[in-house]
Amino acid sequence: MNSLRKILSLIVITLFLSTAFAFGKEEVPAAGKPEKLDVKELILEHLADSYTWHITKIGETDIAIPLPVIVYSKTTGWHVFMSSAFHEKGEYEGLIIAAEGKYKGKIVEKDAKGNEVKPFDISITKVVFSLLFNSTLLIFIILMVARSYKKDTFESKKGFVGFMELFIMNINDDVIKPCIGKDYRKFSPYLLTVFFFIFLNNLIGIIPIFPGGANVTGNIAITFTLAICTFLIVNIFGTKEYWREIFWPDVPVWLKVPLPLMPAIELVGVFTKPFALMIRLFANMLAGHSIILGLTCLVFVTVSLGPAMNASMTVVSVLFTVFINLVEVLVAYIQAYVFVLLSAVFIGLARVEPHHAHKVKE
Amino acid sequence: MSLLLPDSGLLFWMFLSFGIVAFILAKFGFPVIIKMVEDRKAFIDESLLSAQKAYDDLAKVKDESLLILDNARKEHVKILNEASQSKEMLIKDAKEKASLEAAKLIEDARKQILMEKDDAIRDIRRQVAELSVDIAEKVLRGQLEKKTEQMDMINRLLDEINVSKS
Repeated sequence: MNSLRKILSLIVITLFLSTAFAFGKEEVPAAGKPEKLDVKELILEHLADSYTWHITKIGETDIAIPLPVIVYSKTTGWHVFMSSAFHEKGEYEGLIIAAEGKYKGKIVEKDAKGNEVKPFDISITKVVFSLLFNSTLLIFIILMVARSYKKDTFESKKGFVGFMELFIMNINDDVIKPCIGKDYRKFSPYLLTVFFFIFLNNLIGIIPIFPGGANVTGNIAITFTLAICTFLIVNIFGTKEYWREIFWPDVPVWLKVPLPLMPAIELVGVFTKPFALMIRLFANMLAGHSIILGLTCLVFVTVSLGPAMNASMTVVSVLFTVFINLVEVLVAYIQAYVFVLLSAVFIGLARVEPHHAHKVKE
Repeated sequence: MSLLLPDSGLLFWMFLSFGIVAFILAKFGFPVIIKMVEDRKAFIDESLLSAQKAYDDLAKVKDESLLILDNARKEHVKILNEASQSKEMLIKDAKEKASLEAAKLIEDARKQILMEKDDAIRDIRRQVAELSVDIAEKVLRGQLEKKTEQMDMINRLLDEINVSKS
């Protein structure tokens, strides 16, 4: 009861402060020239990767954390420097960040003809930094849990380790085991890694301040890699029966020869499965980030509608943002869960044994 | 649209970091945890089984001890009964023996008394005889103080003998 009251008062204070903030904000365009807020651009900018970690803007100065740029150009070789070098002149060692065009927002260099050429770019961008940070954090957490098991045997764990044990064993016993079947042990370390990798990245992505907030799992390169790994595991460990079912499924012969209709469909299925994994995670996390950003922008968009409207919309915005943030925490878990569940199902399907009915037919 | 195209630099870092994470965690992280948890589960199951077994054993031992106790109690009662029986028998025997002995003693005493009595009577008789002989002697001495009398006496006695001879 007491804690409920605390939460309520917290929400009220937040609403009040945000309203006051909105009023304060309202006066700025009134004094200066009103500028149009491009919400779409703002959201896309937040969702996309960048070379600096922009935190906030106080007055006219940007507060941002510079990140290292690592670029290999065919003509000028390796370039390693901090991205803050761009601030001075906009270009550094002949490299610029493209303002528009095909490589918008990426580092490019001009070739002899003046065309923009993209060098080999392995800079530690915002997403890469977040990725490395989260990976280190994950390794640290799991190894810490694993180490506490080496110390004393057979003692039931308490606190965080106990929670992680519950979490890990829940995924292991209730998702991986029933989906893969008897030789699940071979695959469970990989699938657990994927689960906690996605889950941690999702969660850290929701936190709006520095080490968090990057749109890691909402970036297609990340989900692409994860999907490729699952794709490789599914097809490398696929049984003979799995391949037979693809190229010679149990359907009427006219569906297979002369026109290999079913094999074609099955073959497409092999690729659509990881593709679905990739798109599902990517789109969900991207959408989540977009909604939160969009709802937050509601405060700034409604400034032009007058203080009353702005204040009321701020209340709505904060309420919705809180709600969507809570939903996102749920989504962070669900998406990690679904990715692992489907990966496990695909692996399980690829591990089929020839069933009895086939033997009779053959 | 750039959102849908995987960036090559990001792919590189993702492959690298995910590869390292997967390698480390799949080798030193999750298998250790899963193995320990499963070992612990096996240990608990085993412990439960052995506890159940110990419990059963204990129940068996309890039953056995109860049986032993029961037997001991029966034995106890039996021994007590036997003891009381033998006690009674002993007492009876002793009583019988005592009464026999007493009877024998009484008999002996009576015999002794009878013997004593006979002796006493015999003694009295002898004394009476001696006394009467003494008296007779005195009487005779008195009568036979004179020679004639003595001769008379001798004659008479001789006569008597003769009479008896004839």
